[in-house]
Amino acid sequence: MKGPIDRRQFLQLAGMGGIVFASGLGSSARAAGKAGGSDDFHFVQLSDTHWGFEGPPNPDAKVTLRKAVAAVNALAEPPDFIMFTGDLTHITEDPRERRKRLAEFRDIVADLRVRNVHFMPGEHDASLDQGKAFQEFFGATHYTFDHKGVHFIVVDNVSDPRALIGDEQLQWLAADLAQLPKDASIVVFTHRPLFDLYPQWDWATRDGAKAIDLLLPHANVTVFYGHIHQENHHITGHIAHHSARSLIFPLPAPASQPKRDPLPWDATQPYKGLGFRSVEALIAKADYAITEFPVQKG
Amino acid sequence: MVIGTRSLKAALLAAALGLAGTAVYVAATPSETVIKVVAKRFDYTPNVIKLKKGVPVVLELTTKDVTMGFSAPDFAARADIIPGQVARVRLVPDKTGTFTFVCDIFCGTGHEQMDGTIVVTD
Repeated sequence: MKGPIDRRQFLQLAGMGGIVFASGLGSSARAAGKAGGSDDFHFVQLSDTHWGFEGPPNPDAKVTLRKAVAAVNALAEPPDFIMFTGDLTHITEDPRERRKRLAEFRDIVADLRVRNVHFMPGEHDASLDQGKAFQEFFGATHYTFDHKGVHFIVVDNVSDPRALIGDEQLQWLAADLAQLPKDASIVVFTHRPLFDLYPQWDWATRDGAKAIDLLLPHANVTVFYGHIHQENHHITGHIAHHSARSLIFPLPAPASQPKRDPLPWDATQPYKGLGFRSVEALIAKADYAITEFPVQKG
Repeated sequence: MVIGTRSLKAALLAAALGLAGTAVYVAATPSETVIKVVAKRFDYTPNVIKLKKGVPVVLELTTKDVTMGFSAPDFAARADIIPGQVARVRLVPDKTGTFTFVCDIFCGTGHEQMDGTIVVTD
């Protein structure tokens, strides 16, 4: 598909392999095709771009991120903001190479027309230097921001190589939540899942349950994360957790094969399993409609 | 396609009900088998640990280079492996089968391939 993608095409795409997912506990007016509220907005989540990766799972690794940037720029309705949920770069043990990759990533995504862009690290960016290089380029690894009545919280569960959020950050999270009414609309961004999705493949956060316990008293919380290179939708209590596709290679479904090796590149279906998502915030319902977009061949 | 979250919630709750055996951090009693496992970037030796169901063992874990993790979630067994120290984990294999253990402390470029298996037979 070339050219701008409008809202009607959002839904057509859903029928073509994209999925519109009504998050949270309410029904989705947008997903049902009804008019949304005037305060509704949408943002785009991109994840696991792994800039610097080279290997058979993605022979087009040098252009995949650029294609995603072009696809986001082609959206008929630009998102209010864009969120990158970690693993911006692929792991390297050379600090200079890490910074080179971070700089190249920064320069590529500078082509995004939407200027309101937020970043957070994945373990590939941050676990070997506790987030030092990432912070040089993109600032804090955990922070909050507010947008049109929604409180967004970015939780760093990768800068500690033990996959810990850590007591200090948990205290910061508790203090932030204490300022909010219990019915506040809250969105949490993390890289790793906060719950034990499949710890046999290290798909977990060791103290993620503590963060969930802090969030549970709040009625309207939704978590978007990355790390596992595929969609996964999970509920803990009343909190929905939605993982995003990758922009480098898909990983197998949890426990679907002995090892978590990347799914092989299919030359007959390039970019299969890769993509990004648009998330429409349905303010009146404290709900979110998720539309998944593929990376196009062209 | 719109996915309802209520049916999803019920299915996910059901899937979450399986529990595993337990492990605690104590020294071996004289009668218990001790299995030494050595970690280095990015593998374990041995990387296949064969156990008998119901027969407890103590894993003595060391690392040759950097701090590593050992995690066998199916038996709720995990430890930090600190250079120069011995980490001990008692493990009671309460079910048969083949189970994965992994390094759960990010240790470098080969971290995601650093794993092994525990094979439990009757």
